[in-house]
Amino acid sequence: MVNPLTLTAKEIAQQVSSGSLSALDVVELYLDRIRRLNPKINAFITVAEEQARRAAEEVDKAVKKGFRGRLLGVPIAVKDVISTKGIETTCASKILRGYVPPYDATVVKRLKAEGAIVIGKTNMDEFAMGSSTELSAYGPTRNPWSLDRVTGGSSGGSGAATSARMAPTSLGSDTGGSVRCPASFCGIVGLKPTYGVVSRYGLISYACSLEQIGPMTVDVEDCALLMEVISGRDGFDSTLIDYEFRWSYEGVKGLRIAVPKEFFSEGTDERVLESVWRVIKLLESNGAVYEEVSLPLSRYALAAYYIIAMSEASSNLARYDGIRYGMPYDPSLPWHEAFSKVRGEGFGLEVKRRIILGTFALSAGYYGRYYLKALKLRAMIRDQVLSLLKRFDVIATPTTPFPPFKLGEKIEDPLSLYMADIDTVVANLAGVPAISIPAGLVDGLPVGAQFMANYCREDVLLTVAKCVQDETHFDKLVPGVAKA
Amino acid sequence: MSGLQVKIGLECHCQVTSLKTKMFCRCSSDYRGKPPNVNVCPTCLGLPGSLPYLNRRAVEEALKVALALNCKINRKMVFYRKNYFYPDLSKNFQISQYDFPLAVDGYVTINVNGREKTIRIRRVHMEEDPGRLVYKGRIDTSPYTLVDYNRMGIALIEVVTEPDMESPAEAKAFLEELRSILEHLEVSDGSLEGSMRCDVNISIAGGTRVEIKNISSFKDVEKALAYEIMRQRNLLRMGREVKRETRHWDEVRGITVALRAKEEEMDYRYFPEPDLVPVEISDDFIEKVRSSLPELPSARRARLVEQYNLTEYEARVLTADKQLADFFEKLASIHGKPKVDCSVVINELLRLLNEKNIEVRDLKFTPKEVADLLFMVDEGVVSWKSAKYILRRMVETGEHPKKIAEAEGIRRISSVEEIEKFVSKVFEEHKGDVEAAIKDDKVIHRLVGEVLKETRMLADPKITFQVVSKRIRELRAERGLASA
Repeated sequence: MVNPLTLTAKEIAQQVSSGSLSALDVVELYLDRIRRLNPKINAFITVAEEQARRAAEEVDKAVKKGFRGRLLGVPIAVKDVISTKGIETTCASKILRGYVPPYDATVVKRLKAEGAIVIGKTNMDEFAMGSSTELSAYGPTRNPWSLDRVTGGSSGGSGAATSARMAPTSLGSDTGGSVRCPASFCGIVGLKPTYGVVSRYGLISYACSLEQIGPMTVDVEDCALLMEVISGRDGFDSTLIDYEFRWSYEGVKGLRIAVPKEFFSEGTDERVLESVWRVIKLLESNGAVYEEVSLPLSRYALAAYYIIAMSEASSNLARYDGIRYGMPYDPSLPWHEAFSKVRGEGFGLEVKRRIILGTFALSAGYYGRYYLKALKLRAMIRDQVLSLLKRFDVIATPTTPFPPFKLGEKIEDPLSLYMADIDTVVANLAGVPAISIPAGLVDGLPVGAQFMANYCREDVLLTVAKCVQDETHFDKLVPGVAKA
Repeated sequence: MSGLQVKIGLECHCQVTSLKTKMFCRCSSDYRGKPPNVNVCPTCLGLPGSLPYLNRRAVEEALKVALALNCKINRKMVFYRKNYFYPDLSKNFQISQYDFPLAVDGYVTINVNGREKTIRIRRVHMEEDPGRLVYKGRIDTSPYTLVDYNRMGIALIEVVTEPDMESPAEAKAFLEELRSILEHLEVSDGSLEGSMRCDVNISIAGGTRVEIKNISSFKDVEKALAYEIMRQRNLLRMGREVKRETRHWDEVRGITVALRAKEEEMDYRYFPEPDLVPVEISDDFIEKVRSSLPELPSARRARLVEQYNLTEYEARVLTADKQLADFFEKLASIHGKPKVDCSVVINELLRLLNEKNIEVRDLKFTPKEVADLLFMVDEGVVSWKSAKYILRRMVETGEHPKKIAEAEGIRRISSVEEIEKFVSKVFEEHKGDVEAAIKDDKVIHRLVGEVLKETRMLADPKITFQVVSKRIRELRAERGLASA
């Protein structure tokens, strides 16, 4: 029998393809793990048991008829912000409870076309607004490495599901770090692609100018495989650019690494810094060179990020009024009262906070002072990042300023929670790709190193990740709970 | 209205009826007469995760309009979100334009009672149509409101004028010219219900600007303006203040009703639509569209005068409705007597259209059939008077004129022999008149009239006169009388 603790997506596809494993066997294997582990971890909002079995049977039938795909029989855990036809998609919000999309997101359609199987929908912070996956209407997800700690967020369910091998791979979405932060906290690889290379069609918008869907995997080559499948134009997302994903690993010799001092300052946990430095030195020992530099505008990134994200969110979330889908409205009320009631009861506190702040930032008289100013700042930050990337191949930083914290520790203080994004938002503002890879354990808890690269240079990021994986075997790190 | 300085500005919303699909999705735009909510998809329904994808043909159509209105074209146009809650908006924001619209600074020349005047165009921009609210019976007594999203996402072109019109008649002339331009461009068919709607700004010297919304047809604009001028003038006469406010046109009662005061004006929180990229409009594209522009009403009027020797007035009546002008030109090309053909179209046909409240398009016959009718007149087969009657029957039944003439026994009686029979009958029945006519030539006309009546006006009046005169002369000769 196969060992799910070491099995990669690529291997599953190969074995299903060769007939040594059936897709149904694979699905049953992971459904069984979910059954045992999910009650402790709460990584899934919906386990698509029936749909996954049916899909596996379809795949097995097709395989017999000669069908081949790059993800044949590979179960994928999909963040509950991504639309899945026929599977409830809630964004971890009460307001969307019961909403079953009539269509698949482009990424889901593409995964299915390669034979992948949606095994469930993963937990998250409501509408992807949060950095800990505590702000879910379905309860917090627990970190497989320490069940009293957070997974990071907002794609914490995908991070935990992958880390605990309840699925070999998963998809998250990253608006300000929502793929990379939980990847870092859960000890896996998380890639936020260049803005405009993965279709957002079907991704339920939080802040549309910032976010991308990204793979979250144990293995770097699986990450590349998913990128290969999900990227490229689709005729539905106007912000997509011409892009073809290509990557072949040839080592890091001569790779130029920028190490911006602002990300290595006092605000960051020393043990995290040590871990990141270890990764940088390791790359150096493999032939890369690094230089300490400065990215001075990064100190304004968090402020610019939150203004832009909240402003867009205030508009994106306006559609949830109960009259077309999701939480039902009271038809006996005048329409504006019915809307208010649904929104008052359906949205969680943090979502309401961001809608209100965003509405304020876009209001007449404040638009110039906040939103426009944030856009200008964003352009300046992007220019600074790009000018650095003229001289360097990658920029190395910690993924988060601290290791996974305790559940409830920061929940009363939104500002300290927002600080979790301080190192990640720069990539979203600049639109450049960024990856988080495991940088080791601090007191038994995973921490991540982040690398950013130039537009469409996901290949460079994967090369860095592959080198570190080969040296440290971070893909063999399995949390204790998952071994049981 | 003399002595009062009135300033009127218009905002006209015109559906791009030439498109087969909606503005941001691939749903059919043919919504009239369809069951509710059938022409919908995730995008126009605003389902979570859906994205707008621009229909490039809509831009081309709007560009035609902007060029025809002599506007300056922005080389880069940007879509904005106009945020407000309303049940007919599936996303609770409308994709519209704000800064960087498609075009600015144009003009249109109108003609009122032979006086030419230039109306400046402030801007031409594109936006999406909201859905339709459907009530049971009257809006204020309906127990519920239904929403039909078939119309949601239809491409609209908004034309905004400067406040250059000084009377309802000028506003009407502008709207007629605009409609004719749109029809000549074949962008928008103004005869379709709800395809052209208007908001109006009006101020009278000494008052303030009042906006009237929801005028659902161009025809009602003149009425709404006349009402509003009367209302404001009465207020000013009584020394009362005209409040700066938005009013609603109640087409059933024919009055305007206060909707909201200036202080309650909506803050639409416009911001650039992040899901759409700015649209580059190249010089090449502009030139391509400009060179494809068809003949516009002003040029056509000049040509009609020149080519067919029509009066300026006749040309204006024809071009006010493209279909009417097309009908005329086709008729003239077949029948070949432009002055007569024009008279038939603008006097007879237009009167019938107005009387029956139908459009040229609704006619069940073509210019060819009208030409056939006129040939029958030319050949003396039917009288001019009969021809008018046949035309009416053609409008009512769509039958061919020959068939109508045959079925109803309409022909021209010009054989002397046949007319003599009728003359004999009349002379028998009107002996007194015959006696009088023998004595007095003037009475001959009365007898001719009687004969014509007897033939149901089918007899040739000239021949009839000749026959009657000849008989009277014979009677005089019989009695040895010389001519009276």
